[in-house]
Amino acid sequence: MTDDHGHHPQPPSDLEARTLALESLLVEKGLLTSEAIDRIVTTFERDIGPLLGARAVAHAWVDPAYKARLLSAPKAALAELGITEHQVEELVVVENTPATHNVIVCTLCSCYPWAVLGLPPTWYKSAPYRSRVVIEPRVVLHEMGLELPDEVAIRVWDSSADIRYLVLPERPAGTEGWAEDRLAAIVTRDTMIGVARPAVPDTAT
Amino acid sequence: MNGVHDMGATDGHGPVIVETNEPVFHARWEGRVYGMMRRLRAAGLFNLDEFRYAQERLPPGRYLASSYYERWLAALETLVEETGAAISSEALPERRAETRFQPGDRVVTRNLNPRGHTRLPRYGRGRHGTIESIHGPFTLPDTSAHRAGRDVEPVYTVRFAARELWGERAEPNETMTIDLWQRYLEADAT
Repeated sequence: MTDDHGHHPQPPSDLEARTLALESLLVEKGLLTSEAIDRIVTTFERDIGPLLGARAVAHAWVDPAYKARLLSAPKAALAELGITEHQVEELVVVENTPATHNVIVCTLCSCYPWAVLGLPPTWYKSAPYRSRVVIEPRVVLHEMGLELPDEVAIRVWDSSADIRYLVLPERPAGTEGWAEDRLAAIVTRDTMIGVARPAVPDTAT
Repeated sequence: MNGVHDMGATDGHGPVIVETNEPVFHARWEGRVYGMMRRLRAAGLFNLDEFRYAQERLPPGRYLASSYYERWLAALETLVEETGAAISSEALPERRAETRFQPGDRVVTRNLNPRGHTRLPRYGRGRHGTIESIHGPFTLPDTSAHRAGRDVEPVYTVRFAARELWGERAEPNETMTIDLWQRYLEADAT
């Protein structure tokens, strides 16, 4: 903080100043309004996040017919749950099984199924993840706390085009009879990217 | 372009660092940058391919030293300057391609090294794979990023054995898929 009794706020960082200058220019040019940006920020801070994908996964776990639809026609299946975000051109849901584990990356930028998971975490956008998970996925997953035996096949999907991917994780043992919202709570963002497995809390076992 | 953004299988970047309880935006400016991008793209000031290419054109050292939203901010500044903040009404000529491949077809990726934008990663060039599924058609980024046309082509999910991509360094029991526009592919005659 400054030492002059707070009369002068801290100078904005270079990034804040550049952002402010750009927004002012664009508002002045009539290309956007600050209110429109407010709405986008609020939408992603409040409404669009991994809970959307988690609801679909939990529903698929309790309803085999829904699971089949989620895998064969994901957008229509999501719409059944009222998840109708339209920006994703094409969504593919890939299913983890005891024999196969799927993990998603975008090596060229950071493509991500934000309509069902919200905005990607920093690690997903980082150089270490983008560079390494394609060539040494087992090492990366091990570092992130997921051990995969060699007999489990691993499939890495580089979402290099307009298709976005969502992993349908395996339902863990010990969740028999759980209600959907309780199941959805263990379907974390990372389980739907493929870098974690849903875990049953110790207190529940 | 063969840039540092094309990170697949490059070494030396260190461990994946996971932030716990990460906020959607770390600072107010990040949300403003995100929102500006969404609005300007919707308004037609640029398309997604132009936006990606503007990031890729950052000098390599700056690209690597910048955070995700710093790169977005720099790309927005570049595009606003280059367009003069004026929306072009010019319609790009559209060209449509017939579907050439079917699931199960063996293909080989072309060894393309364009100076401009492409979505064919370096690690996947000149490699043999199998068509897994057909998607789209989608607009080819290679021409769209340069406003050189709208080439609407099928996109294929192509499956590669890890050994085909990584040689002896391949881990056991891995397969990779890459989503590739039709013109990145040739029939594999071998």
